[in-house]
Order: sequence, then C-alpha cells, then structure tokens
Amino acid sequence: MTGDTPSPTTLAQKIVARASARDHVTPGEIVTARVDLAMIHDSGGPRRVEPILKDLGVGLFDASKVVLISDHFVPGDTDEGARILELTRQWAKERKVAFHDGEGICHVVLPERGHLRPGMLVVGGDSHSPTGGAFGAYMFGVGATEMAGVLATGEIWLKVPDTILLEWRGRLSRGVTAKDMMLALCGRLGMDGGKYQAVEYTGEAIAALSMQERMTLSNMAAELGGQAGLIAPDATTAAFLETAGADMSGKEIWSALATDPGAPVLEHHVFDASALAPQVAAPHSPANSAPVTDAPETPVDVAYIGACTGAKYEDLRNAAAILRGRRLGKGVELLVAPASKRDQDRAAADGIMAVFEEAGARILPNACGICAGYGTDRLGEDVTCISSTARNFKGRMGAASSQVWLGSPLTVAASAIAGKIADPRAFLQDDGGTA
Amino acid sequence: MSGRIFLLGDDVDTDQLAPGAYMKGGIEALAAHCLEGVRPGFAQEVRPGDILVAGRNFGVGSSREQAAEALKHLGLAGVVALSFAGIFYRNAINLGLPVLTAPDLGRVTDGAAARLDVSAARLELEAAGETLALDPLPDNLQVLLADGGLVPHLKKRFAKERNKEHDRCADPRP
Repeated sequence: MTGDTPSPTTLAQKIVARASARDHVTPGEIVTARVDLAMIHDSGGPRRVEPILKDLGVGLFDASKVVLISDHFVPGDTDEGARILELTRQWAKERKVAFHDGEGICHVVLPERGHLRPGMLVVGGDSHSPTGGAFGAYMFGVGATEMAGVLATGEIWLKVPDTILLEWRGRLSRGVTAKDMMLALCGRLGMDGGKYQAVEYTGEAIAALSMQERMTLSNMAAELGGQAGLIAPDATTAAFLETAGADMSGKEIWSALATDPGAPVLEHHVFDASALAPQVAAPHSPANSAPVTDAPETPVDVAYIGACTGAKYEDLRNAAAILRGRRLGKGVELLVAPASKRDQDRAAADGIMAVFEEAGARILPNACGICAGYGTDRLGEDVTCISSTARNFKGRMGAASSQVWLGSPLTVAASAIAGKIADPRAFLQDDGGTA
Repeated sequence: MSGRIFLLGDDVDTDQLAPGAYMKGGIEALAAHCLEGVRPGFAQEVRPGDILVAGRNFGVGSSREQAAEALKHLGLAGVVALSFAGIFYRNAINLGLPVLTAPDLGRVTDGAAARLDVSAARLELEAAGETLALDPLPDNLQVLLADGGLVPHLKKRFAKERNKEHDRCADPRP
C-alpha cells in the first residue's frame, strides 16, 4: 500500500494491528499479539493454569495485567467447590494479582471495577469473554492451557478477523431488549453465523442502548459463534468507565477506533429494531428462537433470572417493573441470582430486591450457579424453566430431561406471573392489574 | 493407527462433551460421561485410535478445555467436522488433539474402519477404499500439533531461549 491516505480499516483490525505492533493487518493473516489484560476465574483459572506454569518453570508475564475473579464455585457449597475456592484465594495471594472474590460474575465485575478500556486486547478464560467488546476492547475467550501460555508469555496468536457488521436501524419498542435482539440474531444467523470472526454491532438502536444492554449484545456474540462482539466506544462508554474508575488517559483517541466508512467487511446485515418483538428460544438451542407470540402454550415450573447475560442491574430493574405488586403463578418457583454484588446492592437501595422478595423469589449468590450447571440448585428431572441466561443446551442447567426456554428478564418475569411463557408487553401496558 | 468412526450430527456442544455436573472432578471421572447425552455408552465403547466425525459447529459453547481433554483422554485419534466452534478448536490443538475440517463428509458411515492421517490431511476409509480429503492445517498449528500441544511447544521454546542466553553469557566477546 502506498500513498498518504491509509486504507479504511475496521475496529477489530485497528486493535489487533496495535497489539501486534503492526501498521496494518489483513484479515486472514496470522499474527502474534501482546495481551493488555488477562482475566481468569476459579474454574479455568488457578487450579488449571498453575500446574502448567509449574511444569513450564515460569511465573506470570506481568501480575499487574492479570485479574482473577471467583464466580463458578461460589458459594463453595460442596466440599470440592470449597476446596477449589480455597486454592483460588491462596493463588491470588501468592501471585499478587487483582482478585475479586465473591463479588459477582467475571464478565460483569471486570468492567464494573474499571479494568477494561477501549482499544485493549484482552483474553478471558471463559467463553462469554466477548462481553468486553461492548467497551471497544477486543476481548475473546480461551481455554486453560492457552491461558497458561498467555500468562507465561504475555502473547497469543490470532488470525486477523474479518468483520461481520450487524446494523440495527430504528429504536426498540417498549418491552423489547438487547436479549431479544440476540435471540433473534441467533435464530436468523445460527450459532455459527459469527464464523469465529469479529461481530460488530452498529446503528441507531445500538447507539441508544445503555452499557449494560450493550454488554448483553457482546456477551451473546459467543452464541453467534463470533470470536469477539464489538461496539465502537462513544460518550455512553466513556461515562460508564469514568464512573467505574477506569484509567481515562487516552480517551481523546477512543473515537478514532471506530470502523472507518468504507472499510471492507465480510458481511453487512441490516435489521429494523422497531419491528422486533420479544423473543423466546425453545429447548435446546438459542437458535430455536421465535417471537414470544408464536410460542406454544408452555407451563413453567421454574423462572430463572441469572447470569452475566441476564441479571445485571438493569435486567433486575426490568424484571421488577413487571413483578411489582403481582404474585407468582401457581407452583412457579422464581430464582434470582444477581450478576454482581454491586448490582445487587444498587437494586436493594432502589427497592428492586424487595420486589423480588415480596413476590416470593429465592435469592441466590452472585455467581454463575445453575447457568453453568454448577452448584446445588440444578434443575431436576422434567422441569420446564424459562431463563434469562444465554444457553439452553440439553442438560446444561440440570437433568437431561429438563426443558429450558430462553427469554429476556422481562419475559421471564411475565412468565413467572402467568405460570406459562408470556409476552411481557401485556404486563407493561396494564400496570395495575394481573394477567 | 486405525480405528472406527463415530458419526455425530451438527452443534455437538461442550456440555455434551464435558457435562458441568462432573467439572469439579478429575478428567477420568469427567471423560466417563463424555457425550452420554447424545451417544449413550460412548465413553465405554470408544477405543484408542477411533475417530469422531461430525457436522457443523462441533464444540460450540463453553471455553472449558475439558471438552477436548476428555476426547484426548479417551484416546481418540482426532475429530473431523464440517466446522468447529473457535474456542474448542484452539483448545484441541493446544492439547495436542488433531482437529481437521472437511469440505464435505462424503460417504462416511458410523462404525466404519478408518485411519486419520493428520500431516497429509486425509481420512482413509479402509473398507470403502476411499480417501476423504481434509483441509490442511495452517503452518503454525501444524507446528503446535507436531510438538504435542502448547505446553511441550513452549517448553521447547523456553529451552531454546535459555540456551541462547547461556551461549551469550559463555561468549566472552561483546
């Protein structure tokens, strides 16, 4: 390439080029990138990486660039889980890394505590690591051995991603959320629609979303099969990060990270946000999605509001708006596992937790819990559950015979009241009464 | 080494390969439940050298590398699929489990005798006398697999770096 005008490039290319000390990178080429931050949790973290580091005979490449968060085996209600948590705590002390213990699910805690910044290249030891892309960071998930390699060297190889642009025009209507957008996308594009490339969300509807809603989009880039799920940083991003206490130096160049007009992309899909209805995904795939109005009559036993995908502060607030002053359907158990302690505290201060308690919900720890198939509350045989989580693979949340439907926190709350899968919009229009 | 083909469909997920309920235990206990939801008795039936052949998006879901580790533990020669989920694919290579994509699955049948030739990127279907061409791995991944996975690969690299360091120190010239 010659001349003074650089060719237009994507957000993903800009981050990967900087991290691999290159002026320009081309999709498809393999590069070695320096990692700005590595996030690990108690399941894939110390218990798995430390034996490898010992075997290699090396320490951490830079302890200040490693964040450890316990969330999978919290609250340690089994002997084995308690042992793993103890090992995790010991490792944090020995290795002198930033450690958030029992403060919530890693994907929510990491940005909430100011660890993420736009333009970073970040690896996470969890498949929902694309969540960090909501902040304009190229963040992706890796397994424990690969993470051990990163912790030992500070490097990772990457195939420079192509970009799949998902443009949402218009605005979401009332009762429709980021979760509904993602279920619709999984249905439209399939669980491999992301082709392990960079998915980038753009358009008026995205610009209008809050950071926590954007996090839901990026989070479920995992279900689309993208390596990353990016959103260009803007004033909403900066405001969130400032509150979170992130390092704001360099914020004047954040806007230059955005995908340049005319940058070549692999695919460009356009959707109309204003036409979207609340979605549910039938067992056993997020891609089995359809408008909730098309769902067959489905009685539910358990309603679950949990996970990094569906139990952040705004998710809780949305669900509470539907539950307030209403009672659960006969025989329905409502479980609420707020995604972080900070979000739960905020919800408690705003009277949101009281709404759940008055409705008769059982409040579970700020942890992955049954979403990841861990802990003692796993679903029993033949249980039908409506869940605000990201995945409904067979047997993931409990017995292989359990049937898990996915929906937004609003849809889960509406279904908990109706005793069957229900459209949340009916409850929003008729604020005083019951279904 | 020859083995038999276990033929599976699309979207075989990590919860099938490494069920969450057994994640707190060791790989032995976990591997005993590998794929029991989609192929009951798989872990008991499979023998070293056998090959998994699957459709699209094999390994979709979690980053838990026990999904690949369980297959390696059971002695599978490798996995051939129309496509793989990205994290599973990287995990498998890092653990030294060959994973190769095939443009199509031709006339592969369940239970057929076969041999996976990783370096030549082909699946030899012995009874049918046919060979299924697979997509060759990129160079960097061939090196990783040839070294036996990421850990032995890094050991080699660190040893080389230490030797270089040692040579530099031993060399009296500036």
